[in-house]
This record gives sequence, C-alpha cells and structure tokens, in this order.
Amino acid sequence: MAEIKNYTLNFGPQHPSAHGVLRLVLELDGEVVERADPHIGLLHRGTEKLFEYKTYHQNIPYFDRFDYVSMMANEHAYALGVEKLLGIEAPERAQYIRVMYAELTRILNHTMWLGAAALDIGAMTMFLYCFREREDIFDFYEEVSGARMHAAYFRPGGVARDLPEGLLAKIKGFADTFEGYVDEYETLLTENRIWKQRTVDIGAVDAEAALDRGFSGPMIRGSGIEWDLRKTQPYDVYDQLEFDIPVGATGDSYDRYLIRVEEMRQANHLVKQCITWLENNEGPIKVEDYKLTNPPRATIKDDMESLIHHFKFFSEGYHVPKGEVYAAVEHPKGEFGVYIVSDGSNKPYRMKVRAPGFPHLQAMDYMARGHMLADVVTILGTQDIVFGEVDR
Amino acid sequence: MTEKLTQKKEGAASEYASLQDKFSEAVSIEEGLDCPLVMVAADSIVEVCHVLKSEFGFEQMIDLCGVDMSEHPDFSEGMQQFEVVYHLLSIQHNKRLRVKARVGEREMIDSVTEVWAAANWFEREAFDMYGIIFNHHPDLRRILTDYGFEGFPLRKDFPLVGHAELFFDEAEWRCVYKPNKVENRVLIPKTWPGVDRG
Repeated sequence: MAEIKNYTLNFGPQHPSAHGVLRLVLELDGEVVERADPHIGLLHRGTEKLFEYKTYHQNIPYFDRFDYVSMMANEHAYALGVEKLLGIEAPERAQYIRVMYAELTRILNHTMWLGAAALDIGAMTMFLYCFREREDIFDFYEEVSGARMHAAYFRPGGVARDLPEGLLAKIKGFADTFEGYVDEYETLLTENRIWKQRTVDIGAVDAEAALDRGFSGPMIRGSGIEWDLRKTQPYDVYDQLEFDIPVGATGDSYDRYLIRVEEMRQANHLVKQCITWLENNEGPIKVEDYKLTNPPRATIKDDMESLIHHFKFFSEGYHVPKGEVYAAVEHPKGEFGVYIVSDGSNKPYRMKVRAPGFPHLQAMDYMARGHMLADVVTILGTQDIVFGEVDR
Repeated sequence: MTEKLTQKKEGAASEYASLQDKFSEAVSIEEGLDCPLVMVAADSIVEVCHVLKSEFGFEQMIDLCGVDMSEHPDFSEGMQQFEVVYHLLSIQHNKRLRVKARVGEREMIDSVTEVWAAANWFEREAFDMYGIIFNHHPDLRRILTDYGFEGFPLRKDFPLVGHAELFFDEAEWRCVYKPNKVENRVLIPKTWPGVDRG
C-alpha cells in the first residue's frame, strides 16, 4: 500500500471565503487540519509609513481604509488619540453625534459580518437580508459626510459638520424598525439545525487562552470574560448611556454569533438614546479653536482672520505637542488602538495602529487544529477578519 | 498644577515600587500622559514581563511595536536607535501600562512569546519593519512585506517611495522588480511651532 502523507493545501489568496486576500497554508491529514499557517500582507499598503509624511489632518481618511466595513469606528480612535495629545475635548453634541455614528457603524459591521459569515457557511438568504439594512446606514453616512463609505467625518476636536436637517428623523425611523429586522435574522439562524451543527463547539477558546492570545471585543466576551472598553474605560459619552454587554459561556462560534446579534440590539438601543438627546440639545460640533479646526465656511467670505485660519489649517496643519499616547476604542471587532508618538511638529513621528483582527488571525492555528477543513471557514468567519486592518 | 503632577508621579512610582526594588537599575518608572511608563533594560525584558504578568496582573499584551528614534529631537549620537514599545492591559485591575526597551541596530532583544503567545506576530512585524531581531522567537519570518523583500521599510532612512517597482515582464510572463524611478514629492514640509518659516 502506498504511504499516505500529510497533504498541504493553499486556501486563498483567491477564495470567496478567505474574506479578502488571505493565503492560508493548511497541512491536512485527510480532512483534519494539522497546522494552519496564515500568510498575510497581500493587502499591505504601508499606511504607517505614509502617516509619517502627512499632516494630522491629512491622516484622517487613511483610517477609513483600515477596517473598511466599520469606517467611523477607526476614525474614532484616531480622533481620541490626537485630542488626548492636544489636551482638548470635543463638545458634548459632537460626542453624542460620534457615539450615535459609532453605534450605527457597529450595526453596519455586524450586518456585514452576519451576511458574509452566514454565506460562507451556506445560508445565502442572510446575505441579502443584511445588505438591505446596510444600504440604509450607507445613506446616513452619505447624508452626513458626502461619502457612502469612507466618510472622514470624525475629526480631532469634534466632527466635520453638524447633522443636516431631517436626518435625525430618518435615523429614528430606521432605529424603530431595526429591532424587527434582527428578529428576522434570528428566526433564520438561531434555532436553525444546520447553523447549529456548523457552529456549536467549533473553534472554542477558553478564557485563559483568549487572554494569552490578545483577544478583544466579541472574541473575548465569547470566552466568558466581561470586558468592554465602553463600560470599563469609557470614552466620549458612553458613561452617560445605558446598555448591556452580552457575554458568552463556552467560547465557540455559536456564542460569538449570539453575542454579535445581541450587540446589534444594544447598539440600536444606544442609537435611540443618542437621538433623544440630540433632538433636544443644540450646541457646537467642534472645538472653536481655529488653530485646531477649520472655521465655518460662511465666515471665510467676510472675515480675513478666518480665511487665514482656513488656509493655515489645510496647508500647514496644526502642531501637536511632543509626547506619546495610546488611545483605544471598542471597535465592532475588538480593541482598535492608535499609538501616536509626536515630536512637536505638524506630522506624527510614528503612528502604530493596533488592529483587533491581527491577534485574532494569529490564533487561527490554535483554533483550527484538529478541526475539519470546512470548519476553517466557520472559524475564519466568526473571527470577523477584514484584511484592511490586518495588513495595514 | 505642578503639585498635582508631582503627586501623580509619586503615584506611579509607589505603585510599581516592588518592581523597582526587584530590578533596581534595570527599570525606571515614569508617569505618562495616559498610562505609566516603565523603561526596561533590554536584557531583562523577559523577567520583567514575567513579573508584570504574574504579580501585577497584566494578563494581556495588547500591542508591541518598534519605533526608530534616529530622527527624533531627543535623539543624540551614541543612543540606541530603536525602541520596542509594549502596551499591556490588566483586565482584573482595569489598568494599562507601557513598557519600553531600547535596542541598537545590531543588538538583539529576547522575545516575550513565552510570556504572552500574542507577541509572536507582533514581534515578526517589528522585525519586518525595523529589522529588530528577537532572540528565541519560534518563527521569525517577515510577515507583512512581499516574499523576498529587501530592506526595513519603517526605518527613517528608508525612502517613502521605496527602492523597487513591480512590473509585468511580457517576455518572461511574470512580475519582476526593477529599480525605482519615482521621486519623492514633499507637498507640505514638516514644521515646528515658533520656527520662522519665511
């Protein structure tokens, strides 16, 4: 009889379930995974090098392109980091707008995740359902920033501009119906026999391993650790809002699915609270220090000083005091952090982006060992990998 | 204001006093803008990390990155070129900590993968970007750059436009690297406040 050796399989870089450009070298014994070696970097764009040659203002749009399915959440971390270095705080209305959009972004991310992960596992309908709701949120993005995806809306010191008239009513309409949509998703999946067979006990991670491997966000909560930066290290106005954080029990793929679905409901609840506040409170939407933010367009027409500020802001930018800071937010995927080293000039000296997907994908080998080849797709799906942030 | 700051400084120093006692010369503790900062001598990094994990409860390593200090205003001749910056997180105490070690261009630093498994890829990235060599690392390969890439792209002496360009060679029917012809454009120069810019 011929000797049977382990079989090496290249999963990706062109594979519909590889969520972008992952080359996963799998060593298989029959259909069982012996070893998984992810080769990343096929989407590496050298953003961290580019940061060092751009002013703080020019760097904002690069953040949309990290995790390109939750754009504003990335900007949020950057805005908070620069604000911390400058020693300023965004006005309250700006903070509420940011939280509202950060939570809309969480819904945006989780619907994308649910659609794509379910499609990977074989539930085609989910993809169509989820994209229906994503479309509405893209419209809200467009109305507030002019761009459907890469918004560049959160800026250090506030947000780019105030909400246009009538937008709050539209978001309210969405928030009122969204709860019903989540119910629709759940009727399709939560008690679905095939879905459960594919996800229960697949890719289980216990609490100790989750800590050791640097997990965060829904991944660490799935493993039963109650940790959410919005509660434990609150930023902006999260400490004034009411919400719950779902925690899993077994740490398998099914738990992570349940957590993300519950997070969508909680995010929707947060959006509603923000709408109520924003309807009743007016105020500035960015710091009124025109060395750090651009002055209103209308004043440029008849005020020379505003014109100078506008010109200086967009040409030279602003100087950030020397120092270093690490700012993190509870991104839909986990802890998204920015480490900024400033040398006192108008460009960052070094900026490191801590992407949540990077340690998650690193644990691929740990999670996939001993599972079947088809489960690799499930594990990759529930890790919620996006290559924009992993490769940077 | 100054009184407040000095009090804060003592806070960090007293909090990590036992660490200071244990390693005396090898560590120094400072108060940072957002979290305390521990400067560690490169050769005792693994021991310090073990103590931080087991005694101070920093069960997660959130981030590890290199920084090339060679063009920083605080840098002077004879200092070591790179900083390795570790960001730690304690979930049980809800605290963050920044640990820094300095290494020179041809020096090695011990890998902390034995303390936190998460450090593996982060160290590979620091190696890829800066050429910092992590001793005892289980698998120190390049991670983000292309197969067969030359140079360390995040070093300050590496040009923004790079050294090579990728072309498709019709004759050989494959992609080939050719020396770069792109020139670096500076649209907005780097400026410091208070400096006369003419």
